[in-house]
Amino acid sequence: MNKFLQRWTVFAGLVVVWQLLGMFAEDPFFPPPSDIVTAAWEWWVLEPRNVTEHILPSIGRLLSGWAIASVIGVALGLLLGRSDRAMEYAGPLLVFLRSIPPPALVPVFLLLFKTGTPMQLATIIFGVIWPVLLNSVDGARSVDVTKVDTSAVFQIPRYQWVLGVVLPAASPKIFAGLRVSLSLSLVLMVISELVGTDNGIGSQLIQAQREFDYTRMWAGIVLLGVLGYGLNTVLLAVERRALAWQPRSRDEQHA
Amino acid sequence: MSNMLEVADLGHTYGDYEAIGGLTFTVRAGELVCVVGPSGCGKSTLLRTISGLIAPSRGDVSLNGSHLAVVFQDYSRSLFPWLSVQGNVEFPLRSLPRAERRARAAEALEWVGLGAAAKKRPWQLSGGMQQRVAIARALAYRPALLLMDEPFASVDAQTRFELEDLLLRVRREHDTTVLVVTHDIDESVYLGDRILVLSGSPAKLVADLEVPLPAERDQVTTRTDEAFVALRSKVARLLNVGGKPTMDVDKWAAAERESLSETVSS
Repeated sequence: MNKFLQRWTVFAGLVVVWQLLGMFAEDPFFPPPSDIVTAAWEWWVLEPRNVTEHILPSIGRLLSGWAIASVIGVALGLLLGRSDRAMEYAGPLLVFLRSIPPPALVPVFLLLFKTGTPMQLATIIFGVIWPVLLNSVDGARSVDVTKVDTSAVFQIPRYQWVLGVVLPAASPKIFAGLRVSLSLSLVLMVISELVGTDNGIGSQLIQAQREFDYTRMWAGIVLLGVLGYGLNTVLLAVERRALAWQPRSRDEQHA
Repeated sequence: MSNMLEVADLGHTYGDYEAIGGLTFTVRAGELVCVVGPSGCGKSTLLRTISGLIAPSRGDVSLNGSHLAVVFQDYSRSLFPWLSVQGNVEFPLRSLPRAERRARAAEALEWVGLGAAAKKRPWQLSGGMQQRVAIARALAYRPALLLMDEPFASVDAQTRFELEDLLLRVRREHDTTVLVVTHDIDESVYLGDRILVLSGSPAKLVADLEVPLPAERDQVTTRTDEAFVALRSKVARLLNVGGKPTMDVDKWAAAERESLSETVSS
């Protein structure tokens, strides 16, 4: 309970300050949090059409883009990480591609896919694949020599080598990449919805701004914050379960 | 008795550096052979060529059986932290049906006295226990030959004695053929039926010695046995051939025998 208070005091304090300032200043650009929360509740929760037409499609694109990027990133990363030669060939290309800011490719994807979900997915996938891919490469390289030798001596089948040795050995690094990618997915989801569509949280954000409905705009921003926080919390819980095998430092000293 | 391992004119060079220079020896079925040599004499290269981890530059290694197992010195890196103790022992048995895999792992863990630790993670166990898990894993694989690379070099002296006796017991009970690579002269004499003495780099066979000790060995009485002390001195002298005289081996052996018998009588 103490910990909970400690963690949320600053957050709650800032909200209270904003509330007071907002109430006195009556600035249309910065409505008080109470108005924002009310608007968010009415707009995003009580309006079923907004849930089905904007929130769910947005989350769907975010999650499927992230999932596709993760699968490709992990598979490719493990492959490249276990082959020095492949990495020598692909390394410079990866560094180059990773350096391109993903939003810069939105026009390209617009040309390729027109507007709509394929273009949005392409933007998300291209943007978030790099942290997963590069972390998987790093993780796959970190399998220590004794484990490689042990696997070779016991002549284990190839699938067991990949899924039973390389993947678990790389998993702490992979999860670090997945977390970065997930928060990037949210960013790119919004960016991909800002142009050429009237569907999704991002499009509603830009529409509210154009209609000078700043309270609704803030409500969208709050929704994105809640969404990002929730997704990260879920992923952290999954990670904690998946990596429960990791020796905790105190136990390790016992060995 | 049939030969389990035949090594003929085995040699290996890394670039210009010759690590092993033409080794020929055999290991008979059910035998425990110790390879002893100075540090950096090419013992690890020998082990890696026999286990097939590297292809030798010349010569032949032939194993009378389809597979061998290796117990490495570094148990904490050789075991998989994401698997339970049971999972680690089952690791080489993936091709078997689940029930048989289970049974074999449980059996092997009983042999090394770790039946109760099956559900734990390896890193929750002490170093000696972790090496026992590695031994159980090797035994569950039912190898034609069990190779051990300095298996007890990373545990404390007390644990080391326990593990040596455990190895002698399980290999007697299960008729396992074992090749132990070590730099420890005492250990080679205590464990071995036969000792292969290697010279420094490139590794060459200096002597192939039978150990004239009974199969039943005991950490206190065997180590004070005349035959044990004599053989240890002999191996030590052989290993010093060509090297700088570092100490008078016989005098050292006699002094140690005295101090040991003192501790026994007190």
